[in-house]
Amino acid sequence: MAPTQKNRLTSGGRIDRSKPLSFKFNNRKLQGYQGDTIASALLANDISTVNRSFKYHRRRGIMSAGVEETNALLTVSDGKGDVPVVRTTVRALVDDHQIKSPSGFPSVNFDLGRVLDFTHRLWTAGFYNKVFKWPNWHWYEGMVRRMAGLGNLPGGEDGNRYFHHNLHCDLLIVGAGPAGLAAALSSVTSGARVLLVEQDHELGGSLLANRALINAVDSDLWISRTRSALEEAVNVTVMTSSTVSGYYDHNVLTIIDRSTVGVKRFWKVRAKEVLLATGAIEQPLVFENNDRPGIMLAHAAMEYVNRYAVKPADVMVVVTNNDSAYQVAFTLYDNGVRVPAIVDARKNIANEIVQQANQRGIPIMSNSVILNTFGTSVLSSVRVGTLSDDGKSTVNPTDEIACQGLAISGGFNPSSDLYSQAGGNLQYAAELACFVPMQCRQRVTVAGAAQGKFSLAEALTEGACAGSEAANKAGFTCAPIDVTTSTTSSYNLKAVRITPAGDSSRKWVDFMADVTVADIELAVRENFVSVQHLKRYTTTGMSADQGKTSNLNALTLLAELTQKPIGEVGTTTFRPQFMPVPMGAIAGQRHGDFYTPARLLPAHDWHVRHGAVFENYGAWKRPEYYATNGRDRETAIREEVLALRRSAGLFDGSPLGKIELTGPDAGEFLNRIYVNNVLTLKPGRIRYGLMLSENGIIIDDGVFARLADDHYLVSTTSANADRIIAWLEEWHQCEWPDLEVIISTVTSQWGVTTIAGPNARVLLQGIESDIDFSAQALPHMSVATGTLLGVPARVQRVSYTGEMSFEINVPAIQSQRVIEALMNLGGNRIAPIGVEASLLLRTEKGYLHVGADTDGMTNALDVGFAGIVAKKQSDFVGRRSLLRADDQRKDRRQFVGVEPLNDNENLQSGAHFVTPQDEGRRSQGIVTSACFSPTLKRIIGLGLLERGFERKGETVTVFDDGRTFDVRITEPVFYDPSGEKMNA
Amino acid sequence: MLRLSCPWCGTRDELEFSFGGESHLTRPTLAASDAIWSDYLFNKENPKGIHFERWMHSYGCGRWFNVARDTVTHEIYAVYKMGLPKPDLD
Amino acid sequence: MNGYSFLSVVRQALNGHKGWPVVWRSPEPKKNYDVVIVGAGGHGLATAYYLAKNHFIKNIAVLEKGWLGGGNTGRNTQITRSNYFWPQSAAFFDHSLKLYEHLGQELNFNVMLSQRGMLTLAHSLHELEGMRRWANAIKINDIDAEVLTPIEVKKLVPLIDLNCRFPIRGGFIQHRGGISRHDAVAWGYARAASAYGVDIIQQCEVTAFNISSGRVTGVHTTRGTIGADKISIAVAGHTSELARMADFRVPVTSMALQAMVSEPIKPCLNTVVMSPIIHMYASQSDRGELVFGGGADLYNSYAQRGGIPLLQENIAALLELFPAFSRLRLMRQWAGIVDITPDTSPLMGLTPVQNLYISGGWGTGGYKAIPAGGETMAYTIANDQPHPLIEDFGLERFESGALIDEGAASGVAH
Repeated sequence: MAPTQKNRLTSGGRIDRSKPLSFKFNNRKLQGYQGDTIASALLANDISTVNRSFKYHRRRGIMSAGVEETNALLTVSDGKGDVPVVRTTVRALVDDHQIKSPSGFPSVNFDLGRVLDFTHRLWTAGFYNKVFKWPNWHWYEGMVRRMAGLGNLPGGEDGNRYFHHNLHCDLLIVGAGPAGLAAALSSVTSGARVLLVEQDHELGGSLLANRALINAVDSDLWISRTRSALEEAVNVTVMTSSTVSGYYDHNVLTIIDRSTVGVKRFWKVRAKEVLLATGAIEQPLVFENNDRPGIMLAHAAMEYVNRYAVKPADVMVVVTNNDSAYQVAFTLYDNGVRVPAIVDARKNIANEIVQQANQRGIPIMSNSVILNTFGTSVLSSVRVGTLSDDGKSTVNPTDEIACQGLAISGGFNPSSDLYSQAGGNLQYAAELACFVPMQCRQRVTVAGAAQGKFSLAEALTEGACAGSEAANKAGFTCAPIDVTTSTTSSYNLKAVRITPAGDSSRKWVDFMADVTVADIELAVRENFVSVQHLKRYTTTGMSADQGKTSNLNALTLLAELTQKPIGEVGTTTFRPQFMPVPMGAIAGQRHGDFYTPARLLPAHDWHVRHGAVFENYGAWKRPEYYATNGRDRETAIREEVLALRRSAGLFDGSPLGKIELTGPDAGEFLNRIYVNNVLTLKPGRIRYGLMLSENGIIIDDGVFARLADDHYLVSTTSANADRIIAWLEEWHQCEWPDLEVIISTVTSQWGVTTIAGPNARVLLQGIESDIDFSAQALPHMSVATGTLLGVPARVQRVSYTGEMSFEINVPAIQSQRVIEALMNLGGNRIAPIGVEASLLLRTEKGYLHVGADTDGMTNALDVGFAGIVAKKQSDFVGRRSLLRADDQRKDRRQFVGVEPLNDNENLQSGAHFVTPQDEGRRSQGIVTSACFSPTLKRIIGLGLLERGFERKGETVTVFDDGRTFDVRITEPVFYDPSGEKMNA
Repeated sequence: MLRLSCPWCGTRDELEFSFGGESHLTRPTLAASDAIWSDYLFNKENPKGIHFERWMHSYGCGRWFNVARDTVTHEIYAVYKMGLPKPDLD
Repeated sequence: MNGYSFLSVVRQALNGHKGWPVVWRSPEPKKNYDVVIVGAGGHGLATAYYLAKNHFIKNIAVLEKGWLGGGNTGRNTQITRSNYFWPQSAAFFDHSLKLYEHLGQELNFNVMLSQRGMLTLAHSLHELEGMRRWANAIKINDIDAEVLTPIEVKKLVPLIDLNCRFPIRGGFIQHRGGISRHDAVAWGYARAASAYGVDIIQQCEVTAFNISSGRVTGVHTTRGTIGADKISIAVAGHTSELARMADFRVPVTSMALQAMVSEPIKPCLNTVVMSPIIHMYASQSDRGELVFGGGADLYNSYAQRGGIPLLQENIAALLELFPAFSRLRLMRQWAGIVDITPDTSPLMGLTPVQNLYISGGWGTGGYKAIPAGGETMAYTIANDQPHPLIEDFGLERFESGALIDEGAASGVAH
């Protein structure tokens, strides 16, 4: 059976009747045409109820033809899954679209939720603050949560692709209606880089809904000529199906670009000048039952007829407070809609308009407003009343006037969201009864309806002027083009939008948030009279439309109820986004591997081949352990430790931070940075040092080597490499610019391979190198430079494991080759060591792991550096802080070793030292590292303990996850305390 | 999105820069009292209005420089090199 | 104070809701007060309430330059929790949570406390160790905490992607943590304080303090001069500006902290989730919006609006953990001005000026502290000495060096 499209006109419109599209609405098969929006196709098929309202579950129909839609936000399948809250008034219909009403149980046409409407008097603004306190809110919350929400989470896989783009332009014009097009045309000759952005897929704005004569041609022709002219101009870019969603500081704006199917692009535009030609939004009228399906904004009704060739209903009453709706009435009439009456709040109506109505036989009811509407499922009639002399009540209610549609016009309100986001202020224009842009600190101008110029003639001429002015302000020269229209339009608004009669709890102000006049009255009665309080208490304007059709009426009511001029009650600030933006587009490609690009070791492939199991250490992917022969993590770590202790291990330490300092003052500079004395270090030697924040807290540790008189190499922990280089630069450039030193980071230039263990030297002596690895030539804490396998090498005798250890630095690109050579040479005498074994080895040795064994409260004294500090004469970063009373406290948490009294107790990192229960349990510090030592065959740990230094040998209680047991406090060094092995 | 003019590289997005807080601080000597040290270390001007602060062009030339910026409007009044005195903004 | 109950709502419904009294009065300022509180946010209003209730001081004014609850109280992401590391913080914030647990009934105003759990994620084994450290600290302080395995995390939060860029290795949850309704907290305290006779004076900006011989005696405001025996500052992001008026300096940096919400959808996220590594936190409000945020914008700011870099950062973080949200739309972003201290702990107590008190430095977490902040400041003002719970949060700590660095200890700034 062929779908009917009962309301489709036989001719006209911008739809393509040769391209029918089939779609389903709530599983009913329907047909529309290419060029339809989902909403226009639904209307063509005479679908009136599309949704249920948020709070009261009332029937709702399509009320607009644009972004301001409050009702027809439906669930639409995008082929992959259902996407909720789709604005069907602006979403193009595509073949096979599956559209569903998100609310209504069991169905949108029969909804048990209606019980909320029958009991609506209970659910006024803020009722939930007054009730549901007993026994507690959580008890009721589940029910409330299930009822909220405008649809389900999008289902299925996200098939969209998201991209970020950046653009710089001299002039960004937002909106390609008459004003925006005239502005763009004017700026063409300036040579400025102009970007024109339009959210519709077609240019033209209001002209698409209402054609006119521009420069003596039909506006359709004018638009297509304009489009060609703009597209030909090399300096102009036109973006359609793209919405400017945010206006940020320094004239940076964001655009969500939907012009490619399946792709969403998020643009960041840096504009020298911005011209907002964003148009205006028609405001609804407020009367009893003004939310019934069939009631629609007047210009939306006209747009459905003219643009989509759909008549919203067979019989429509038009109600207005201004001239602009007459054009709507005439358009409806001329397209076969019966118009039983035009209801006009004004007493005096211009003669020519009255004549045009008379010609068509449409009666005008002046000085009148809608009192109420009637109908069971859809609108069936309205009742009209006359305004009293003082305008504060109504008289002479009429009989019901039968109609299936009601076109309402409360005049226009400029679309000022972006202007407000930019920091612009609005002022109330009494004669227009709306808010217009006033002043803004950013480089922005406003033209056309967005500035309160609602006639086509003004929009065109002022748009042209604004376009050339903005280009001139951006530093270019051009003159406004001549653009005129013979189509006249008048406005003559009377500021009456709210019928002064009827049940206020049935007069809707915000359709989307289901807020009525009664809610606002209640809020004012309860003293929620600040705009922000009103908004939050009633939720007016808080829903997904940000109050595009409700803010103005709410402010008007507030002003009335508080007896203040509307300009004084203030406005709310608009926030980005103008239109909600898919979050995927904002994130762009930044997910998965691109969320934080992984840094790979120079010898990554070698590690992969040798069974490395990788883990994230900051941004680095490093071997956590080597699953050689399929061994598990625990076994691997144990075997790696033992291999190194017994013979030799190879550890890839390439992420180690490496910073070179050169220049005559390099030593002096470092001496001011390190806790340790740097100046006494001789060339060729290495020292271990601490860096403190100015607050005395340990921020990093590591070794520094003096390569030559004026040349130092600083090693930082891998995690802090980037932070420390920036920090050194800050001290140099900002505090001591007089010091002659050049600081450069060489972290990624050098690959670091550490060979450690009793056989380390023997192994190295077998490799081709001009470096003397003997204990005499290269003792512990010394550095040698030379070549290894024919490439430049720096070898540092430093140890993180407590074994004899050589840290071999070669150019990163050679790292893999060196590792291969060493491993081949070593055969079964050497094993690769992962990060976890390395950390375990250093725990055995009692070496500090900054960030694990120290926290943001640990100072240099807490880790036993008091002696070193005392010996140093000069100042260093953080030194003054160490002199404060708290830093000198005897009961600070100090670095200790720890071992359980009972071998079976599983001491774990994260446990706390606690005072005995009878003294009131209190933490005295933490176990910062703990492990089963494969070398010592028992559990050992490190920790920070109050008065730890003087408590060596004491027994202390440890708390872990509710369990307590006793431990002995020890020196932190468990392995080779004399250093014999390390110094070998 | 702030747009900052690096004195060496030109105008770039804020993403390329690191913020370094208040500028024109004088570091006391070791002999300073606890009160003076704590004031240097922790207390901030933190004005609602023009703030003299330092930034580094971290994803660029790596240089630190000074900026006079309004903390309400985020408008930039001056960019000047490290070591130069606060500019007269009248 | 007229009781709010289901019965009173039904009664009023029959009468067209015509009989509801004002929730708070809006009186003209008097010439003198015993106590003037600057700032009618949650903290200021709660302080006034507890001064009246616990200390029987009735002649109190709360001055507000804008509208009450309009600062950070009305801009935050509504998280309430007490999973703090250091004993001082834990004791204070858990006291606050306990007050929250009965606040709806105490104020006769539903603040919609929803203890749906506060889950903190660990993305590496070492981070999980840090969380054990943190969880143990919490338990020693007699606060609930439970360390979870990845499977348990997934069970609680089915939409989470355990294998994101930094795979989830576990986490820990404070079951008593959750969310509540920020506006209701401000309004509830305002209503209760007003009922005790506290004058809440909006649109009244303090422009100067009257100080003589080191003692504060009153304030100049845009609505005239007001005398006061004692004055307390509770102005969130503007602490530095008020301190400057009283001629002392504070260790505070004001920054814009962004928050954002998606369009409302049906329930899909039942706990509050936060990740210290993938910098973000998220919850779903009772209205169905996802409410989320991350770190503060990186420079001093008094602008209550967010920028693009953190917007993108926060959303990328959210989607990294919850890829299913990618087609969900961002509805709004905004910002509050938070005053951040060097150790991320609050500034509470006495000031160098006699009879002038301060409650500030709340950083990104002042909302959850409102009840305890109000109660302890009321005590401090009434007795001219810090309440035992806040002794360590005074300005003196910056001179002695006795900071309470939560951020450094737990890896999470507060």
